[in-house]
Amino acid sequence: MTGKPISAPTSAATSDRPAALLRWLFFFLIVRPAVLVLLGLNLRHRERLTKQGPAILVANHNSHLDTPVLMSLFPQRLLPRLRPVAAVDYFLKDARRAWFACNIMGIIPLERRPEGGADPLLPLERALDRGDILILFPEGTRGEPEKMTALKSGIAHLARRRPDVPVVPIFIHGLGKALPKGEALLVPFFVDIFVGERVIWTGERARFMEDLAARFEELAREAPPPDWR
Amino acid sequence: MFVRLDPTIWWTIAGIYAVLGLASILVFGVGRRVPALGSRELRQRVTSWWIMATLFAVAILLDRVASLVFLGFVSFLALKEYLSLIPTRRADRRVLFLAYLAIPVQYWWVGTEWYGMFIIFIPVYMFLLLPVRMVLAGETQGFLRAAGTLHWGLTICVFSLSHAAYLLMLPGADAGVGAGLLLFLVIVTEANDVAQYFWGKLFGRARVTPTISPNKTWAGLIGGIATSAVLAGLLAFLTPMVWWIATLIGAGGAIAGFCGDLVMSAVKRDLSIKDTGGMLPGHGGILDRVDSLVFTAPLFMHFIRYFYY
Repeated sequence: MTGKPISAPTSAATSDRPAALLRWLFFFLIVRPAVLVLLGLNLRHRERLTKQGPAILVANHNSHLDTPVLMSLFPQRLLPRLRPVAAVDYFLKDARRAWFACNIMGIIPLERRPEGGADPLLPLERALDRGDILILFPEGTRGEPEKMTALKSGIAHLARRRPDVPVVPIFIHGLGKALPKGEALLVPFFVDIFVGERVIWTGERARFMEDLAARFEELAREAPPPDWR
Repeated sequence: MFVRLDPTIWWTIAGIYAVLGLASILVFGVGRRVPALGSRELRQRVTSWWIMATLFAVAILLDRVASLVFLGFVSFLALKEYLSLIPTRRADRRVLFLAYLAIPVQYWWVGTEWYGMFIIFIPVYMFLLLPVRMVLAGETQGFLRAAGTLHWGLTICVFSLSHAAYLLMLPGADAGVGAGLLLFLVIVTEANDVAQYFWGKLFGRARVTPTISPNKTWAGLIGGIATSAVLAGLLAFLTPMVWWIATLIGAGGAIAGFCGDLVMSAVKRDLSIKDTGGMLPGHGGILDRVDSLVFTAPLFMHFIRYFYY
């Protein structure tokens, strides 16, 4: 692992070929069958899911499985376009995790606390301009299982800079039960995924965040009550 | 590759496809002019039936191990659906995992024809083991409810359903006869569901249990019993039963299936949900489809075992 660069490739599509192939195989042979057999998805409002990039998917975050499951909602040919956005301080902490995050998951690393005036959103904008589909978890981190916490407003800045890119809220229910934070044993559960209608940038940050939070509340009401103690 | 099955099995499966073909003509062909027949729900139902019938037929025709794996997988899907619906405790994650492990073990007892172990493994050993594992987790709040609901689910989804699988082993090494019994059970049970649905839609008025399910009518129940009785009599050649006993079993099975359906309706009412899932378009979830089978399978298996083997 020592020879591998810690910095992420500029795009999963343009990264080195063996890694791209490995990524393709990982999703085709492991992620998709596991999602199909061990979990099982009830996808509601599939028609609201974007068919192509650029797009920003915004989801609640309870489990390490959130990202691969969301990625499995898209056809395999869109895999090179799918870019989860992940925190530098967690995912690039050790070399092995960084290699997996960058080459297999294809993350775009995000500096949670940028220093020295660097623009942390610049790589995300570039990816959107290339037509990528970003996956963001605006809660910032995996919270308590099956509970949503306040949304961070970084997503609003991104929406302001690229107002034409659809922001699609997705509510995930059940993955926090299958593999919650701090657990390594996957227990099979069906997962409900609710795709919301896109949120439109109306020129005001607070308004955008309210709209987004309201969308999530709406979707959460469709889900069964989070009876999980 | 295929086991040497009695030709009657092949003919019966061909018969299933003939009925499905007829249903497709009605729903997709005639249904274009008669809206009541061509509803989205019916079209989805028929399509799902094609897939379910094919998976089941392939599993039966391949060999006994394939049939066991198939039924074990149905148990897994049913238990997964059940555990996703009921409230569970985070402290019990490992207990739930253990409950899943009971599936391959239970079907192993079936496959090795160890009847004694098959019949007590879940009612005795899992009944004792699961709460002990829960105690180790140390959470007492909601303990009784968690232990009770978990074992109920394991009994319905794994223990009951594995009785259908045990039909394959009843006559000993003669695989063909067992497949006939399983085919008989599944056809009569599922046909009864369909018949109850249709007689209810056509003539249903007075409800049997208004507080539990608004869709169960006396017309549906009686029509279902009659249809199942006739069908079971016609399919008696798949079993060691003479035609009139098979007819009685068909009628009794229709009542048992109806009860299973009602019990699952009550569970859904309790959980405030309409369908147990979305796996089978038009039908709902896997539990919606096997709810009557989990009642008919143990009764039929024990009847056959007691009187014939």
